[in-house]
Amino acid sequence: MPVDLTTTYLGLKLRSPLVASSSPLCKEIGNILRLEDAGASAVVLHSLFEEQIQLESGELDRFLSETAESYSEAASYFPELGSYNLGPEPYLEHLRKTKESVDIPVIGSLNGISTGGWIRYAQMMEQAGADALELNIYFLPTDLELTSQKIEDTYCDLVSHVKASVRIPVSVKLGPFFTAFGNFAMRLDSAGADGLVLFNRFYQPDFDIENLEVVPNLVLSDSDELRLRLHWVALLYNRIRPDLAITGGVHTAEDVVKGIMAGARCTMMTSALLRHGIPYLEKVEEDLIDWMEEHEYESISQMRGSMSAQSVAEPAAFERANYMKVLSSYTLKPAPR
Amino acid sequence: MPRSFVTIDGNEAAAYVAHKTNEVIAIYPITPSSPMGEWSDQWSSEGKPNIWGAVPTVVEMQSEGGAAGAVHGSLQAGALTTTFTSAQGLLLMIPNMYKIAGELTSTVFHVAARSLAAHALSIFGDHQDVMACRATGWAMLASNSVQEVMDMALIAQAATLEARVPIVHFFDGFRTSHEVAKVEQLTVEDMKAMLPDELIRAHRERAMTPDRPVLRGTAQNPDVYFQAREAVNKYYLAAPAIVQKAMDRFAEIVGRRYRLFDYVGAPDAERVIILMGSAAETAQETVEFLVERGEKVGLLKVRLFRPFSIDHFLQALPATVRRIAVLDRTKEPGSAGEPLYQDVLTALIEGQAAGKAPFAEMPKVIGGRYGLSSKEFTPAMVKGVLDELKKDSPKNHFTVGIVDDVTGTSIDYDPSFSTEDDKTIRCLFYGLGADGTVGANKNSVKIIGEETSFWAQGYFVYDSKKSGSITISHLRFGPKPIRSTYLISRANFVACHQWSFLERIDMLKWAVPGGTFLLNSPYGPEEVWDHLPRTVQKEILEKQLKFYVIDAYSVARETGMGSRINTIMQTCFFAISGVLPREEAIEQIKKAIVKTYGRRGEAVVQKNFAAVDKTLERLYEVKVPGRITASKDLRPPVPPEAPEFVRNVLGKIIEGNGDSLPVSAFPVDGTFPTATAMWEKRNIALEIPVWDEKLCIQCGKCVLVCPHATIRAKIYDPKYLEGAPPTFKHAPARWKDFKDLAYTLQVAPEDCTGCALCVEACPVKDKAQPKRKAINMEPQEPLREPEAANWDFFFRLPEFDRNKLNQTQVKDLQILQPLFEFSGACSGCGETPYVKLLTQLFGDRALIANATGCSSIYGGNLPTTPYTVNPEGRGPTWNNSLFEDNAEFGFGMRLALDQQARYAAELLRQLAPQIGENLVSALLSADQSTEPGIFEQRARVAELKKKVQELLPKANGQSLLLRDLLAVADSLVKKSVWIVGGDGWAYDIGYGGLDHVLASGRDVNILVLDTEVYSNTGGQCSKATPRAAVAKFAAGGKPAAKKDLALMAVNYGNVYVARVAMGASDMQTVKAFLEAEKWNGPSLIIAYSHCIAHGYDMRYGLEQQKLAVQTGHWPLFRYNPALAAEGKNPFQLDSKAPSLPLEKYIYNETRYTMLVHSKPEDARRLLAEAQADVMNRWRIYEQMAAMPGAPVEAIQRGN
Repeated sequence: MPVDLTTTYLGLKLRSPLVASSSPLCKEIGNILRLEDAGASAVVLHSLFEEQIQLESGELDRFLSETAESYSEAASYFPELGSYNLGPEPYLEHLRKTKESVDIPVIGSLNGISTGGWIRYAQMMEQAGADALELNIYFLPTDLELTSQKIEDTYCDLVSHVKASVRIPVSVKLGPFFTAFGNFAMRLDSAGADGLVLFNRFYQPDFDIENLEVVPNLVLSDSDELRLRLHWVALLYNRIRPDLAITGGVHTAEDVVKGIMAGARCTMMTSALLRHGIPYLEKVEEDLIDWMEEHEYESISQMRGSMSAQSVAEPAAFERANYMKVLSSYTLKPAPR
Repeated sequence: MPRSFVTIDGNEAAAYVAHKTNEVIAIYPITPSSPMGEWSDQWSSEGKPNIWGAVPTVVEMQSEGGAAGAVHGSLQAGALTTTFTSAQGLLLMIPNMYKIAGELTSTVFHVAARSLAAHALSIFGDHQDVMACRATGWAMLASNSVQEVMDMALIAQAATLEARVPIVHFFDGFRTSHEVAKVEQLTVEDMKAMLPDELIRAHRERAMTPDRPVLRGTAQNPDVYFQAREAVNKYYLAAPAIVQKAMDRFAEIVGRRYRLFDYVGAPDAERVIILMGSAAETAQETVEFLVERGEKVGLLKVRLFRPFSIDHFLQALPATVRRIAVLDRTKEPGSAGEPLYQDVLTALIEGQAAGKAPFAEMPKVIGGRYGLSSKEFTPAMVKGVLDELKKDSPKNHFTVGIVDDVTGTSIDYDPSFSTEDDKTIRCLFYGLGADGTVGANKNSVKIIGEETSFWAQGYFVYDSKKSGSITISHLRFGPKPIRSTYLISRANFVACHQWSFLERIDMLKWAVPGGTFLLNSPYGPEEVWDHLPRTVQKEILEKQLKFYVIDAYSVARETGMGSRINTIMQTCFFAISGVLPREEAIEQIKKAIVKTYGRRGEAVVQKNFAAVDKTLERLYEVKVPGRITASKDLRPPVPPEAPEFVRNVLGKIIEGNGDSLPVSAFPVDGTFPTATAMWEKRNIALEIPVWDEKLCIQCGKCVLVCPHATIRAKIYDPKYLEGAPPTFKHAPARWKDFKDLAYTLQVAPEDCTGCALCVEACPVKDKAQPKRKAINMEPQEPLREPEAANWDFFFRLPEFDRNKLNQTQVKDLQILQPLFEFSGACSGCGETPYVKLLTQLFGDRALIANATGCSSIYGGNLPTTPYTVNPEGRGPTWNNSLFEDNAEFGFGMRLALDQQARYAAELLRQLAPQIGENLVSALLSADQSTEPGIFEQRARVAELKKKVQELLPKANGQSLLLRDLLAVADSLVKKSVWIVGGDGWAYDIGYGGLDHVLASGRDVNILVLDTEVYSNTGGQCSKATPRAAVAKFAAGGKPAAKKDLALMAVNYGNVYVARVAMGASDMQTVKAFLEAEKWNGPSLIIAYSHCIAHGYDMRYGLEQQKLAVQTGHWPLFRYNPALAAEGKNPFQLDSKAPSLPLEKYIYNETRYTMLVHSKPEDARRLLAEAQADVMNRWRIYEQMAAMPGAPVEAIQRGN
C-alpha cells in the first residue's frame, strides 16, 4: 500500500506536506504551473508589499509633478497616460489568474504598513480567490523607545483586525526575534491566527569594507537553518491551536521528515528550489516516499509531532540544559599533521 | 446634447475641434503650439474618435517642413488633414502652403502666433509668423479669446470645405494659447451640423486615385502659367461670403454671432481702433468703459484678414468715423506700413473712390505697432491710442507700450488708467517652478469655472531659467465674462509661496489697499514681522493689507508631500479668499485631488488629503504691528561693481522692470556682451556643498561634473593667502610638481543650484564616519555671507599657467578656468558639464554655433548669459541661428575662418620683405596642434600686428594690404569651431545638414547633447528616443530602436566619432574632446546627457550614466581616423561587454516605468526587444573593434 502523504494546513487538504514558500518564483504563473507539476501541494504567492505600492505611486507622482509647470516651453515632460496599475491590481490579477490555472490551494501573502492597508488588501485577496492568507509581518523595531510589549500588541491587533475582516484562514509568518516566543505564539492564537509559519528569514545586509558601504546580501538558506524552526515547532506542537508550518532550511526529504516529526503540518521550500530548480521538488517527494517506506511509516499524520517536546522521551533536550551539554561537549578537532 | 462649460486653454480648445473634425494630423513640436499636437496624440492614443467615428492618425514628423509635406500628401489622397504650428515652424511650411493653396485644397492650419527669430529668438506671441504667410494664398482667420478659438476652429473647418481656400486659423501665442478660461464646449452635434456630408464627399472626390487618375504638379511655361494662376480668382472672391455664411450658420446652431469685421462701441463713434487678436478683448473692455462715460469711440475687430473683403469692411464701420488707428502686432522693417494698416488704407481709398464708403470725408488713418513678443497691451495703452487720435497731428507709424527714445515712435499714455471691474476678484501668486503653484492654480480656475457660476481666467508667467524659476499666476474670477487679456496690476490677493522671493521682488506693489497677503513663511505669526524687508512692511502698513502666514514646507514634510506645497497653498487661498464658502471649497479641492492624482495611486491622494486637513490647522492671520521694524530691505538686482550695461540694462530685467527700458538701452543688432551671468546672484540652493580640506584628495571629479561651474579649484602660491577672509579654506596642493603651492576648492554659494552631483561624484569617505565625504551638503543660508566673501577672494586669485598642466588628466582639468558658468540650466543638468568642459579646453579660441533648444536657452536667454572670458578677455563667441540649420551655420563659420586664414597667409607672403622673412616664415609654418603652439602663434600675431602698425604710417602704396592684414591677422591663430545642439536637432530636424557637414571633410567639431528626447519643448519623442521609453508622441513606448547616429557617422571613414558618458568614464570623455578637436576634419561627439525628462533624481545622474554603459545601452567608443592613417584600427571600444540586464538601468527612470504601470504586457515585450537591440549592437561593435587596421591609402583626410 502506498504511503499516505496527505496533510491538512489551515483547513486545506494538501496532497503532501511539500508547499512552495512565498518567493519571487511565484511571480510567474509558468513557474507556479511547474511547481504544481513537480508536486507542490500548495503555493504561497510572493508578498504584496503595501510599502512598495506607496513607494511606486509616490515616485511616479514625484517625477510627473516635480518637473511640470515650471518652464514656459514645457508644461510637462511626459504624456498623461490613461491609467497606471499602481495599486494592488496587478497582484490581484496575478492571484486570480493563478487560481484559474492551478488546482492546488493558492495562499496570498501580504506585507502591510498600515492597519487600513492590511485589512483592505486582505479583503481584496479574499475576493480575488485566495484560499488562505499569510500575513508576512516584517517589522524591524529600530525605534529605541518601542517596547516589546507594544510590538507584540501591534502584531496581535493586526491579526485580530484581519481575522475580523475575512472569512478565509489566516496564518502569520514570523521572525524568531521575540523575547518570549512561546507566550507570543499563544497570544497570536488568542488573536485568531489559524496558523504560524516559522520563521521568516530576514535579509541581513553585509558590509563592503572597500567602499565603506552597507550592501544588500541575499544568501540562500541551508539545512542548518532548519534547527531553530524544529526547536520551536517541537516546543509549541499541541500546546497552541494554530497549525504550524516550517519555512527556512527545508532542503531534503530528511528535513521534511524532521519538520513533520517536530509537529509541522507542512514544510515550505524556496532556497532549495532556487538552487536546484523546480523539478527538484519531485526528487524530494520521491526521497520522502522512499524514506517512509524504508522506515515503514504509513502516513504523514503518523509521524507528525513524534519528536515534539510532548512526545520525546527527554523533553529537557529542548531546554537550556541541552545547550550547556553541547558547549561542554564541543572540542576542537585535532589539527592536521 | 446640452453644451457644458469647461475651463481649458486656447491650445486645447483648438485641438478639441481639430481632432474631432480631421482624419490625419501631422505635427512637429514648437512652442507655443506643441500642446495642440500633444492633446491630439493623447486623444488618439486613448482611442477617442472624430465626429465620424474614426480615431484620427497622429504622426510626428522630423520638422515642420516634413509635417507640411505629409499634410499636403494626405490631403491629396483625400483625408481631412490638419497641423498645428508657430513661428519658424510656420515659415518652414510656407513652400507647401503655396502648393496647397494653389491646388485649392481644403484644410485648416491652427497657429499659435509667435514672434520670429530676428535680432533674437522669442517664444512669445505676436503676428509676425502669420503675416509672413500673407502671400501664400491662404485665408487668415483670427481668434481673440479661448472661446473664439473653439468657435473659429469649427467655422474655419466648415468654410474651407465650401470655399476650397485653405485657412490659417490663428490666435495669440501664450496670451490665448496658454490662457485658461471658462468656455462653452461645442458638441459633436454642433460639429456635424456645421460640416455637411456633401462637402466632405466633395473633398474626397477631388483626391488622387488610380481609379480616376489625374495629374497635378505640372511644370508650366511663360505661355500659360500666368493665366492658370489667375484661374483661382473666383474662389478668393467668393471666400469672404462663404466664411460669413459659416459664421451665420454657427450663430443659428450655437448662438454666438460673428462677422468678418465685428464692430463694437458707440454707434456714432468718431475715433476707432482697428486690430485683431487677443488685444481686441482688451480694446473692447476699454472702449465699452469709455462709451459708458460718453466717449464717441469704437473698435473694429478684424476676424477674416485674408481674403480682405473691402465691402464687408466698409459696411462694418459707422459713417461717423473721422479718425482711425490701425494696430498691427507685427513689424515689417522698411515697409510703407504694417500689413493691416496697408490693407485698411487700401480699402478706404478704394471704397471712397468707388463711392462705397459711408463717410462724409475720408477719415484720417494712422498705423501703429504694439505687443511684439507678448509685450503687455493694456486698457491704458488703448486709451493712449484713442487719445492720440484726438490730437491735431496724431503720430503715424507709432509704437505703443514701449519708450522709443531713438526714433521717437512711441506715444504716451497714462499707466494708472484702469478698467478693471470691482466685482472681478484678482489674484497674484508667486511660486517656484518646482513647487506646483501653477498646477494648483490651474486646478483652482477649473474648480471655480466648472463648479460655480463665476467666469474664470488663469494666465501664467514664467521666468527664463530652467532651475529655480519664478512663476507668477494671474487669476481672475467674477460674475461677468472676463475680457482682460493683460496681466493683473491691481490684485485683491497676493500670495508669496517662497520666502526667498521677498528680498528679490516687490510683489506688494500690485496689491490694492485692503487686499490680502498670504506668505509661506518659516517664521510663525508672532515672529514673522521682524524678518520682512522694509518695503514689504511699508506696503502692508500703508495699504492696510490683511496678512496671513503658513509654514507650508513643514506641513508638506509632515504630510509626506516633500517639497510640493501646491495643495497646501491652494487650500490657504480658498480658506481666506472667500471665493467659495470654506467647506465647499475644501470639498472641491479634494475632488480635484482625486481627479488629478487618483490615477497615480491611493497613497498620493491620501497624502494630499492629509495636507489639506493639516493646512487649515496651521494657517494664521498675523497681527500687524503698527510700525516698521525691518533692518534690511530688498536686495539690489546686481552689485554696484557690475559693469554699466549690466547695472543699467540687465539689472533692470533681473528685477522685473525690463518693460521700462527704452529702445536706446539696447544693441541695434542683437549683439550682447558675454560674462554677465556672474552678476546675477539667484541664491536658489537650499543646501550647498561644503569642502572638507582634510579629507579631500584633490581629484577634481566634483569640479568636472558641476553643471553650473559653481565648484572650482585653484592652485596658487601661498603668498596670495594674505588677506584671506577668516573662513577661507586651503590645503597643500597634492601634486608632485607643485608641492609648495596651496590648493582651494571653493563653492560659489549664491550661484549653486544645490543639485549635489558633486557630492555623489566625490570618491572619498571619512573612515570614521563613511556618510561624510570630502564635500557635504549643508544649509545655504548660514553659509551665504561668509562663503560669498570666500568666493570673491577665490575668484581674484590668479589663474594657474595652463601650459604646466596635463590636460588629459581630470585632476589637472579642474584647474582650467571654465568659460561657461552659472547658466539657467536645470539643477543637476546632464548637458552642461560637457559644454563647460569644451570651454575649459578650447574656450579661448572657440566659436560656438548653437542649435535652438535647451542649450540655446540656457546659453543665450536674457537677462544674463553664461559664456564668459578669461583674464586676457578671451572666451567663446556664441550664436544661435535656427533649430534646423545649425550644422550649416557652424560650417559657414569654418569656411570664413579658413578663407581669412588663407588670405592672411597670402598677404604675409606678399608683405614678407617689409614684415621680415623670419616672422612671416614662423607664422606660416607654425605648429598649432598643441595649446603651447597656439599660444606661441598668438605671440607671433601680436608681434605681427605691432609691426604692421609701425609700417602703416610709411606704407604708401601698400597701406591697403597692410590694413587688410591687420583685419585678418587673428585668423592666423587656430580657431576651434563647435557646433552644439541636442538630439532633436542632430537626429531629426537638422540631420540633413549635419550629414552634409560631416561629409564635407571640413574641420568642425559637433557636440550632440543627447537627452534622447526633445527636452526643451517638453519631452517629445525624437529618433534618439530609445525603444520602450515613453515620450510624447510615443505614449505606448517607442516601438522602434534608437537611431545609431554614431555608427552612421563612422561609415564616412574620415569623421572622428565618439560616444561618451561622463558619469561612466570621465577620462574617455576628456580624451574624446581632445582628439576630436585635434582631428583636422569633421568630428562628432555624442554625449549621454541625463535629463529631467527621464524622470529620475538628477542627483544620481552620474550613477545612471554608469548603468547606461554597463547595460550596453550606451557603449562608449572612439573612432579616430588618425589611427587609420597609422595603419591601426580606428575603432576603439572603450566600455566592456554588457554586464547587467537592461532593466537594471531603464527601470530606474519614469519614462520606462510608466509603461510598466500602464501597459505591462507591452513593457515586457519592448524590454525584450530593447535588450535584443543592445546585444545586436554590441556584436557589431565588437566585430568592428576586432578588425585589423585599415590600409593608409583608404583614408581620406579632411581638407
